[in-house]
Amino acid sequence: MVDLTADLGFLKLKNPVLTASGTFGYGLEFAPFVDLGRLGGIIVKGLYYGPRPGNPPPRLAETPSGMLNAIGLQGIGVVEFSEKILPRLRGLGTEVIVNVCGGDTDEYAAVVEYLDAQEGIAAYELNISCPNVKKNGQCPALRPDTTQSLVRAVKRSSRRPVIVKLSPNVTDIVEIARAAEEGGADALALVNTFLGMAVDLDSRRPVLANVLGGLSGPAIKPLALRMVYQVARAVELPVIGLGGIMTGRDALEFLLVGARAVQVGTANLVDPEAAVRVLQEMQDYAEHHGLARLADITGKLEV
Amino acid sequence: MIMMKDASAVLVKKELKGAYVRFTLESPGIAREALPGQFVMVRVSETGHPLLRRPLGIHARRGTTISLFFNIAGLGTELLSRKQEGDRLDLLGPLGRGFSLGPPVQQAENSDLLVGGGRGIAPLYFLADELHRAGHKVRVLYGARTSQDIPFKDFFQAACWETIFATDDGSFGFRGFVTLLLQQELEKKGIGRLYACGPDSMLKEVGRLAALQGVPAELSLEARMGCGFGACWGCVKKIRRRGREEWLKICEEGPVFQAEEVAWDEG
Repeated sequence: MVDLTADLGFLKLKNPVLTASGTFGYGLEFAPFVDLGRLGGIIVKGLYYGPRPGNPPPRLAETPSGMLNAIGLQGIGVVEFSEKILPRLRGLGTEVIVNVCGGDTDEYAAVVEYLDAQEGIAAYELNISCPNVKKNGQCPALRPDTTQSLVRAVKRSSRRPVIVKLSPNVTDIVEIARAAEEGGADALALVNTFLGMAVDLDSRRPVLANVLGGLSGPAIKPLALRMVYQVARAVELPVIGLGGIMTGRDALEFLLVGARAVQVGTANLVDPEAAVRVLQEMQDYAEHHGLARLADITGKLEV
Repeated sequence: MIMMKDASAVLVKKELKGAYVRFTLESPGIAREALPGQFVMVRVSETGHPLLRRPLGIHARRGTTISLFFNIAGLGTELLSRKQEGDRLDLLGPLGRGFSLGPPVQQAENSDLLVGGGRGIAPLYFLADELHRAGHKVRVLYGARTSQDIPFKDFFQAACWETIFATDDGSFGFRGFVTLLLQQELEKKGIGRLYACGPDSMLKEVGRLAALQGVPAELSLEARMGCGFGACWGCVKKIRRRGREEWLKICEEGPVFQAEEVAWDEG
């Protein structure tokens, strides 16, 4: 029997498979297809304080081995989430992590303050890296100073651990990771989507109404893997790896380069059983290779 | 609503005509639960490209099988069209909220009119069958660009309900848009309810004509979809409900909406 547990320090997960925010709805959408209790944790769709309308359609474009999205964080807000969704997530036997959004520092703090009063949340994931809510993909995670000050402000108001989700759309990911660490982050999750675009040659128009969107799916895996590798070597914080994970082997590669847990994202949209299947494939691999603990593979890359 | 993944739906019959394809699949669970207007998400590739499943309306149900009707419009549907009888397909379904059948119309002269444009005819065959079975008087108006774009005419002609065909170029049936045919039908009165599926321009006109005549209409909308089951918020359209307009998910709140709910001008 393989020991699947993953230790993030502030949180012990029964296994290292989490679901990436924005690809798993509020979790319940997947209940018809999978036993949510098998997952290490669910990271629910990003929440602003109030409901958000999101961007006009078209919001999706399919690209080679990937997809672009510009949803724009449409969502129900903290009150409806706490009243209608959270009670149904408690007791599923999986950790619930809420992805926290804000238009400014005050809103991030207000979301955390509201959610701090609710039970059944294991941690927050600070969304400072969505490329689809400001012009030209702007977000706090593009600069070390805005990353650090925002993380510090949220950490001050939160009673729960804070995972900081980083953007890959930067020149030096390590610099941003260190800024988040300096600001008091409890863990780092990377990467969010890559800013990209798709055009329709015949109509000479962008495919997405938002013009730009975030690229995800297997197309980005090598880029994501590289960034997780660089960051895991440079910081003390636990790192959660994500970006294009479709299989157990993909997930194990992220552990190998230093991640302690992984998030399955776009794969959930293609196959609602993907996250559970990824876990099963990781377990099968470990059994086949005589690994006593999945965690033993973390950071064991031989360069 | 019960939805499921059937990763081994056997393709029992494949009919190919030009760029149009009809699949009949053995999928007992999905067939049992399916309601007219619902759809399935079909995996088209195992290699990660194209990545996303394709949404296809459930075209017909016979016992433990469902049929799908689609045209080859890109790489995804092209790959799908290459599947052979005996191959297994990976489906999610039945998904979405379908048409409301309502009680059979009281007066014998009142009938349900179904308006389909192009590949939008797909879910209307299933709907016509179910309405007919429930004692409704049903007629289908089936419009397409040319005779070539109505590839499986016999299938409709053999049904227990009547189909009136229209082509833009007059190569088969009525000459002109199906909405022109609809306008003539509506003038004859006796229409209890309208159901439509097709391109947005057609649906918008159906909604307008229905409102003019005071006939209730349900429209099945189409959108590019990510997941098909409400997780990604990718497939929204602007819908007006309780005096408020918002982006609603086609896959979960639809694909069928009341005609007056659809806010066309805002996208």
